[in-house]
Amino acid sequence: MNRYIRRASVFGLVLLVALLLNAARVQVFKADAYDANPANRRTALTRYSQPRGNILVGGRPVTGSRDSGGRLRYERTYTEGPLYAAVTGYASQIYGTSLLEHAEDRVLSGTDPRLAPFPLWTDITREQQPGGEVRTTIDAAAQRAAFEGLGSKKGAVAAVEPRTGKILALVSTPSYDPNELAGTGRPVTTAWDRLNHGGEQPMLNRALKQTYPPGSTFKVVTAAAALDHRKVTDLDAKTGIPSPYTLPGTSTKLTNEAGGCANASLRHAFEMSCNTVFAGLGVDVGLDGMAGTAENFGFNDAGLKIPSTATRSNFDTDMNDAQLALSAIGQYDTTATPLQMAMVAAAVANDGGVRAPYLVDKVTDADGETVSATRQRTLHRAMERDTARRLQELMTGVVTRGTGGNAAIDGATVGGKTGTAQHGVHNEGTPYAWFISWAKRDGADDPAVAVAVVVEDAAADRADISGGGSAAPIARAVMQAALR
Amino acid sequence: MTATTADAPPPGLRLPRRRGTELLLLVGAVLISVYGYIDVGLARQNAVPGDTVSYGAGLGALALLGHLAVRFRAPYADPLLLPIAVLLNGLGLVLIFRLDLETPRNPAAPTQLVWSALGVGLFAAVVLLLRDHRVLQRYAYVSVAAGLALMIVPIFFPAVNGAKIWIRVAGFSFQPGEFAKILLTVFFAAYLAANRNALAHTGRRMWRYQFPTGRVLGPILTIWLISVGVLVLERDLGTSLLFFGVFVVLLYVATGRTGWIAMGLLLAAAGAAAVGSLEPHVHSRVSDWLHPFASIDAGRGAGQLAQSLFAFAAGGMLGTGLGEGHSSLIGFAMKSDFILATFGEELGLVGLTVLFLLYALLVARGYRAGLALRDPFGRLLAVGLASLLAIQVFVIAGGVMGLIPLTGMAMPFLAQGGSSVVTNWVIIALLIRISDSARRPVPAATEPGVIAADHPGGGRAGASAGPYGEEDTPYRYGYGVGGGKERDR
Repeated sequence: MNRYIRRASVFGLVLLVALLLNAARVQVFKADAYDANPANRRTALTRYSQPRGNILVGGRPVTGSRDSGGRLRYERTYTEGPLYAAVTGYASQIYGTSLLEHAEDRVLSGTDPRLAPFPLWTDITREQQPGGEVRTTIDAAAQRAAFEGLGSKKGAVAAVEPRTGKILALVSTPSYDPNELAGTGRPVTTAWDRLNHGGEQPMLNRALKQTYPPGSTFKVVTAAAALDHRKVTDLDAKTGIPSPYTLPGTSTKLTNEAGGCANASLRHAFEMSCNTVFAGLGVDVGLDGMAGTAENFGFNDAGLKIPSTATRSNFDTDMNDAQLALSAIGQYDTTATPLQMAMVAAAVANDGGVRAPYLVDKVTDADGETVSATRQRTLHRAMERDTARRLQELMTGVVTRGTGGNAAIDGATVGGKTGTAQHGVHNEGTPYAWFISWAKRDGADDPAVAVAVVVEDAAADRADISGGGSAAPIARAVMQAALR
Repeated sequence: MTATTADAPPPGLRLPRRRGTELLLLVGAVLISVYGYIDVGLARQNAVPGDTVSYGAGLGALALLGHLAVRFRAPYADPLLLPIAVLLNGLGLVLIFRLDLETPRNPAAPTQLVWSALGVGLFAAVVLLLRDHRVLQRYAYVSVAAGLALMIVPIFFPAVNGAKIWIRVAGFSFQPGEFAKILLTVFFAAYLAANRNALAHTGRRMWRYQFPTGRVLGPILTIWLISVGVLVLERDLGTSLLFFGVFVVLLYVATGRTGWIAMGLLLAAAGAAAVGSLEPHVHSRVSDWLHPFASIDAGRGAGQLAQSLFAFAAGGMLGTGLGEGHSSLIGFAMKSDFILATFGEELGLVGLTVLFLLYALLVARGYRAGLALRDPFGRLLAVGLASLLAIQVFVIAGGVMGLIPLTGMAMPFLAQGGSSVVTNWVIIALLIRISDSARRPVPAATEPGVIAADHPGGGRAGASAGPYGEEDTPYRYGYGVGGGKERDR
């Protein structure tokens, strides 16, 4: 019988080995897949079991954490929620994360493997790391100036440092308080419903995720194309383009708000924002040339991340000449995010180079040790250096003599361009007032700031002056803050 | 094998009793449990639990009671059995206490401690009162009758969570099937010890296969029908599987014929297939096993098995630490059937491996006692009880870890459940008694024929094939016990 007892015990051994192998399979080899299963609430429980890392502006946190004592324990707090909502986004136990909270979530929640001092060991022990910190490039003063400048109006501001691509301000109004979305309770779901079902769309980041027809501000791009393609060689030479201008192949006549546009020089046309001249120049440059220049400024790029993805700005690549003429003055299908238009102004100020815009200066662990820092890089060259110099001249002319007088700042060189864009069926929507500009402190080598402002302005009439009237003062305030 | 008989140590050799070792191991087992208790408190409330001393004292007193019973009435018993049982029971109490923190309004640890005390009391009673395990052989048919009665009674009580295996009286719930396991194992061992030669050597021979006669086959088919019956009437896949597993193992050990195993597996497969397709409760268990994430895909969130797998995965190699997991997500049955998930999550693969090895050691010691004994009933009983533990651990652990379909069963000693912990203490008591017989030194004078005289089952086997068949030669290596040809009575 002993032989059979021994064999039976071998059977027991087989059972044991099967259990151990299966345990290794579940606990080691398939563990990552199980951990990542969306129905596994552990990730959420662990994630909220410790305070989330902070987002910093100018070295000071604009976020915090509150111990709710509940299962999803630590809730996010925001010191100045509405002011920074377009930067931080929200972090909600129920609705997840958005914007920077989303893009840098792994660092903030402590799950980023780069936070672990000994990644391999931490992988085995699955020790939880405290959340890291995200230091933004935002300039608190510029951000506040933009937010207060927009006030109760619907609109957006994007400001960048032309030489580096640092985003100095990113504001969208009406804003919301992300504090309302942190946590698990009924107030959170109520707030979510309210924020999503009003007509105001407060959670839409208009500076980054919304495109608008850029109107006359796009004439900077058209002027750059015309100069680069030698369609204009002398800023003060007559262009020979009539006013009104008949769109090629149609009988539609394009007119101007301002006078003196017939056969105007590029300088005059730029300062007075003559539609006719730029429509004609656009057709002269041709579709390929216009599209090429627009793309070098950053249009038609769906992959721009700051690290949140910016919505693609559009310039059509398949159009007839009439459509091209309208596109060249920022109408037809041409659309741009405020960030894109800030990049246009920045390219001019930066002598033609388009720097990749970025919002995160560096990421550190909880102790302040740098985990990664954003490398500055050039996306494209938008135009020749000489063209950029001449455009700087044209844009300063807009502020000193033209439609952008409201942006002038003592002790600084300011270049700008106004714009107004109609939208809606028969242009019945509230028009968008645009202003893009840059500023350089007198005597400084580098331009300090480039900014794009868009305001949905009921008071605006069809004149370009509305961009100068309602958007330019906001841009001026932002530039002043950035210059200090 | 007969040759080795000559190498047996001389009769009357003084063997180490190892009671001191047992006491030392018991102290270790209690200390480990108390440490776990403190660890839970520190992890969850940043403080040593207020009742640590009374908990430690309680467990220590139980261990001491068990030890004293063994020391006085089974001095040669295997010194590992009791400490492992105390450690497993202690760890179970720690885990239940830890899970009580998730359900503060429904604490289970105090009740479990009472049941454990009852279990150890019964353990002591069995060790003290049952002087010789062979007495049980006489009550084989009483055992099977009582066992079947215990199993049938719950049919008249309402089903709890889909299985009709509970009796609820005055707020107490008891699972009589748990105790029936022992009674049926006693019967299997006795029946097979008596009939093993008939099963192995008689019957009609057809071509190359030998078919047993109907008289011998009858009881086996009855057992099979009972286990299927249990499955159908009580929807208790686990118990049915367990009975069948133990019976097939014992059948093989008794007869040494693999044909029996093949037949057993065939019958089991036929029963499982029939019940699996007809009984929705069992059918859903199988489909849960095949598709543990089906409810997630259907948008209904994670089911119990998926939550269990998540818990094990969260534990990884070293676990999250006692008290720091989220196995409470499993919800219902987290303290009983799924308690292993908490173990796996909070103590990791390393802890789980240690746990499985503890069970393996317990089972191995049971097998060893069987090897060292000479009466067929004792051997089969030891093997049966050890297999009972082994199969139960495998079925429940394999179930909650997705290796085999889930069957509602209790992890021995670990899980919440009074009937289970009491039953397992009785199993340990029987193994202690058997190992004491196996390791007891043999006085030189007694003749082997004595066994046949007061041992009807063994006697019948002896009548046909001498005092011991070749296969009956006692095992001589494990304990260094030897034991020669003689017994002490």
